[in-house]
Amino acid sequence: MNSLTISSPEQSGLLHLANLNMDYAKSMGIAPERSTPKIIAADLNRLEVESLNVWYGETQALYDISLNIPQNQVTALIGPSGCGKSTFLRCLNRMNDVIETCRIEGQIWFDDTDINGSQIDVVGLRARIGMVFQKPNPFPKSIYENVAYGPRIHGLASNREDLDRIVMESLEQARLFDEVKDRLNAPGTSLSGGQQQRLCIARAIAVKPEVILMDEPCSALDPIATAGIEALIGDLKDAYTIVMVTHSMQQAARVSQKTAYFHMGQLVETGTTDQVFAEPVDARTRDYITGRIG
Amino acid sequence: MTDTRNPAHLRERHRSEKIFRFAGLGAITLAIAFLGTLLVSITLSGYSAFQQTRIQLDITLPADPESASYQDLVKQALRATFPDVSQRRSKKELYALVSTGAAYEVHQFARANPARAGTELEIWLTASDNVDMLIKGKVLVDDEAAVRRLSDRQISWIEQLTTANRLEKQFNSNFFSNGDSREPEVSGIAAALAGSFFSLIICLILAFPLGVMAAIYLEEFAPKTWLTSLIEVNINNLAAVPSIVFGLLGLAIFLNLFELPRSAPLVGGMVLALMTMPTIIITGRASLKAVPPSIREAALAIGASKVQSVFHHVLPLAMPGVLTGTIIGMARAIGETAPLLMIGMVAFIVDVPKGILDPATALPVQVFLWADSPERAFEERTAATIIILLVFLMAMNLVAVILRRKFETRW
Repeated sequence: MNSLTISSPEQSGLLHLANLNMDYAKSMGIAPERSTPKIIAADLNRLEVESLNVWYGETQALYDISLNIPQNQVTALIGPSGCGKSTFLRCLNRMNDVIETCRIEGQIWFDDTDINGSQIDVVGLRARIGMVFQKPNPFPKSIYENVAYGPRIHGLASNREDLDRIVMESLEQARLFDEVKDRLNAPGTSLSGGQQQRLCIARAIAVKPEVILMDEPCSALDPIATAGIEALIGDLKDAYTIVMVTHSMQQAARVSQKTAYFHMGQLVETGTTDQVFAEPVDARTRDYITGRIG
Repeated sequence: MTDTRNPAHLRERHRSEKIFRFAGLGAITLAIAFLGTLLVSITLSGYSAFQQTRIQLDITLPADPESASYQDLVKQALRATFPDVSQRRSKKELYALVSTGAAYEVHQFARANPARAGTELEIWLTASDNVDMLIKGKVLVDDEAAVRRLSDRQISWIEQLTTANRLEKQFNSNFFSNGDSREPEVSGIAAALAGSFFSLIICLILAFPLGVMAAIYLEEFAPKTWLTSLIEVNINNLAAVPSIVFGLLGLAIFLNLFELPRSAPLVGGMVLALMTMPTIIITGRASLKAVPPSIREAALAIGASKVQSVFHHVLPLAMPGVLTGTIIGMARAIGETAPLLMIGMVAFIVDVPKGILDPATALPVQVFLWADSPERAFEERTAATIIILLVFLMAMNLVAVILRRKFETRW
C-alpha cells in the first residue's frame, strides 16, 4: 500500500494534471483500455471514477460523475437528501447489484481494473472495499462472532489463535476492545449505538480492506458517540482510504481532507475540504454550505 | 387558549372505541364457547373407550399351544362358571358374553407363556361390546331388549359375574395395540396411528426441504420477472386448492402412472407433501422477508457471497418462522382425510403396517370409517380417536410455540 502523502495544494495540482491526462486519453479514443503509461500522480488515487451514470429503472440518479478518491485520506460526499451521494458510494463496492432495477454505466478504476467489468469477482472486491452503514447493523451473534465472521469466510486465519488475534486487533483498531474485552461472548446487539457502530467498523477492518466506505456512519448516534467515531475515522485514514457520506457540514469539515458536493445527481464541485468550505466556486455549493438550502 | 374542537365529537369517538372492544370481546368469548363445547362433548363421549370390560375365566392351558381349539377352551370355561346352563339356546347366549376375539387372546397368552402349558389359570378376557355398553351405562337394564341387545338371562349372568368380582372395567390396551376389526371391543387405532406416522414422516422428508429451498430461491435469488410473479401467484393458488384434488392427482400420477402400491403411507405422504409444500413456501417466504435487509447488506459488505449471506445469517433468523409454518402445515396434513380416500388409504386394515409400503389407514380416515359403523360401541371409539388426533395436534402446536420461543432473536 502506498503510504506516500503530500500536502493538498500540490496534490490538487497533480490531480488536475491527472484529469487532463485522462481527458487527453479519451480524446485519442484510447480510454478506457488505459494503454497510456500511468503517470505518478494516479498512484495517489485509490479509486478513479470516470463518467459514471446510474439509473434506477427509468430514473437517472447520477449524471456523468468523474471523481478521484485519494489514498489514505478521508473523502466526504456532501449534498442534500436524494442528491445521489449514497448511490455513488454504493457503486464503489457494487452494493447496488442488490437492487435489480439499478443500471450502471461508466468506469470505476481500482488497481487498473474496472470494478464494473464482468471479470470482477464481487465477493473479492467487497473484501477489499469494506462498508459501514448508516444504522449500526451487527449480526445478532456474539461480539466475537461479529468480527470473526469475515476473516473466517475469507480464510484469513489458519487457526484459532490467529483468529483470536485478528479479532482482538480489529477491536483495538476500532477503539472498542477495552470496553468489550470482558464480554466478547455477549450479543453484539446488546451494545450501545456508538459501540455497535464501532463493532461494525471492527467487522469491516477485520477482513483487511484497502478502502472503507461509510454511509452516514454517525447519523443514528448521539454527539458523544459521534465524536468517538470521528476520532476513530481520523486514526483509520493512516491505514485505509475512507469515503464517507455525511449530512453534517461540520463533520465533513472536521474529518475529511477532500470534499465532493453532489446536487440533483450531479457532481457540482470537488476539491480539498479547506478549499470547498473556504471558497466554494459554485453558487449551489455556497448556498448549501452556508445553510441556505438543503 | 380555548379548545375549539367539538366535545360531542370526542364523546362519539370514545363510544365507538368502547363498542369495538365489546364486540371483540364477544367474538372471542363465542369462539372459546364453541371450542369448549366441542372439546367437552368429545371428551365426554370418548373417554369411556379408554376402558374395556373384561371377564375373568378359569382356563386350563393346553400342553401344546398350537394344536388346541381355543374357541372350545373359552366355551368350556364359560360352562364351568355357569354349570346349570344346559339348553342349546341359552348356551349360545352364554358364549356371547365374551368377545369372539377372546379365543385369540388365550392363544396369544399360551404362546407367550409356554412354561405355563397344562396349568389352570385365571385369565381376563375381553367381554363382548354389548356387555361393555351395559357396564359403561351406554345402555340401561331398563331399556328394551332390542335396544340393549342383551337377554334377561345374560343380564343376570353379568350381575353374578360382577358380584363374584369376575367382571370389571380395565385399561383398554386393545385400543392402542390392535388394528381395525368388525368387533368394536377388539378394534384399535394402532394401524391408523402407524399409517399416520409413516405418512407424516414421508410428508416432512419431502415437503420441508423442497418447500424451504423453493422459498429461499424465490425470495432471495430469483430475479423479479413476470415468470417469478406467475409462479408466486400459482403457489398461492396451490395452497387454496381443495385437498381432494390433490388426492385425485396422487391417484392419477402416483398410482396409475408410477404404479406405486395402493393404500401405502408412501403415497399418502407424497400426496400430503404436495398439499403442505405451498404452505411451507408461503410462510417460509414471509419469514425470510421479515429478516431486515440490513443483515443481508452487512454480510454482503464484508464479502460474503449471496449463498453465504443467506445460509449464515438470513435463514437462521427466519428459522423460527419457517419451522412454525412447517408444523402448522404438518398439523393440517395429519388431520387431512379427503386426499387419502382417493389413494385407497380408506381400507379396512387389520394388520399394523410395518413400513411405508404396507397397506395402512390414517387417524382421520379411521374416524370416518368408524363414524359410519352401526355398532354402538364404535361411537365412543370414534370420539376417542378424535381425542387422540386432537392431542397430537395440540402437541404439534405446542412444539411450534416452543421452537419459536427458543430460536427467537432479539434485535
